[in-house]
Amino acid sequence: MDILSSYLGQLLIGAAVTLQLAFTSLFFGLALGLLFAACKLSNHVYLRRPVEYFTNLLRGIPEFLIILICYFGLSNLINNHFDAAFEISPFAGGVFALSIVFAAYASEVFRGGFVAIPLGQIEAAKAFGLSRTQLFFYIQLPQAWRISLPSLGNMWQSLLKDTSLVSVVGLEDLLKKAGMAGQFSKQPFVFFMAVAVIYFLFLAISNPVFAYLEKQANRGYHQPRS
Amino acid sequence: MSLFNDYLALLVESGPDILDGLIVTLKLLIGSCLVGFLLSVPLAIARLSEHRGISRLASSYSAIFRGTPLLVQIFIFYYGLSQFEAVRNSPAWLLLNDSFYCGLLVLALNLTAYMAEDIRAGIMAVPAGEKEAGLAYGLTKFQSYRYIIIPRALSIATPVLGNEVICQLKATALVSTITVLDMTGVVRRLSAASYTTDALIIAGVIYALITLLISLIVRVAEHRNTRYLRR
Repeated sequence: MDILSSYLGQLLIGAAVTLQLAFTSLFFGLALGLLFAACKLSNHVYLRRPVEYFTNLLRGIPEFLIILICYFGLSNLINNHFDAAFEISPFAGGVFALSIVFAAYASEVFRGGFVAIPLGQIEAAKAFGLSRTQLFFYIQLPQAWRISLPSLGNMWQSLLKDTSLVSVVGLEDLLKKAGMAGQFSKQPFVFFMAVAVIYFLFLAISNPVFAYLEKQANRGYHQPRS
Repeated sequence: MSLFNDYLALLVESGPDILDGLIVTLKLLIGSCLVGFLLSVPLAIARLSEHRGISRLASSYSAIFRGTPLLVQIFIFYYGLSQFEAVRNSPAWLLLNDSFYCGLLVLALNLTAYMAEDIRAGIMAVPAGEKEAGLAYGLTKFQSYRYIIIPRALSIATPVLGNEVICQLKATALVSTITVLDMTGVVRRLSAASYTTDALIIAGVIYALITLLISLIVRVAEHRNTRYLRR
């Protein structure tokens, strides 16, 4: 325990990086997921099909491999095309990879959410003269959000756990810091256990947050007693 | 077209290596799924046990393995446990020292936690009338689990378990971090040697194809399981 407290500062810095990575990926993942869902619901076959294939392909590839491809591939791609010696940071590569993975799963969830909105409501909104933007922001999005929220909660948990993979490409996140501390102190077990506990706490904290969000989103509905 | 030729050349050149890696990946997948499945049925039953202690123990096992990243679990077992003299002298060290078997062990333990949740949900979804009918016929508790509840629960849980197997395929990629030369491990070496990501992309396509194959198998199994519902 003594050894743990002397590296506590480092571990906390790592934990902050992990959270930063998770929230940044969540933001871009949600935005991209909405975009993909919009493409999947589009009437244009040339927009719908490629996005469907792309997300299905992404969902079949290990997240770890996607991180490796994004981290090494993006630098190569940029360097080959612009003739530069550019190197993408592990953080940026990780955010890119985790967001597209999150978006691939989220697009399916959002699509389900939008499809589940009764057609009558959309017709009613049009009959009231709402513009398309108003229709989207006042009628469709809040309800799709309500329907998607439970699945999004599960996906957030996977996303948070997947952030640990980015340490393999060199990001100094919680796991990497713990690995280094374990090597210096020759007590890897203590540090990896500490990482497990911290991740467990993060996930435990996010449960009530999602319960609150779900309650907020469902406030217009009668709550069935369980 | 030149891009395609590049990939073809790479496949011809390092195909055998990738194939070896693929076999290791499949071994890990099938081995961990078998062990995980065998362990998860008792764990699911333990979670539904009337003994407070047993069900609490089983649910904390699930919570711990589901609440921490798999990579951290792998590191704890492979790098962490070697810290202790007692572990290094125990017979379990033979298992833990070999990265393949250590990876297999952690994958199986991790999968057990996830599968037990699914099977538990399946058991709870078995209609109460069927359980009661079994008891009314004078089946012992073991018999009613063996012949009625578990088969029904498994057929209810088939689609979810199939998803779990697909997730497990993706999880096997993580053992490349503890020097196992599975498909990801092999292509990481190839890609590092050639300074390109071509090998990684080939592996990605192969993984996607295996995922497709598993989902087809699951669909067939589901079709078979529900044949009594069709006319």
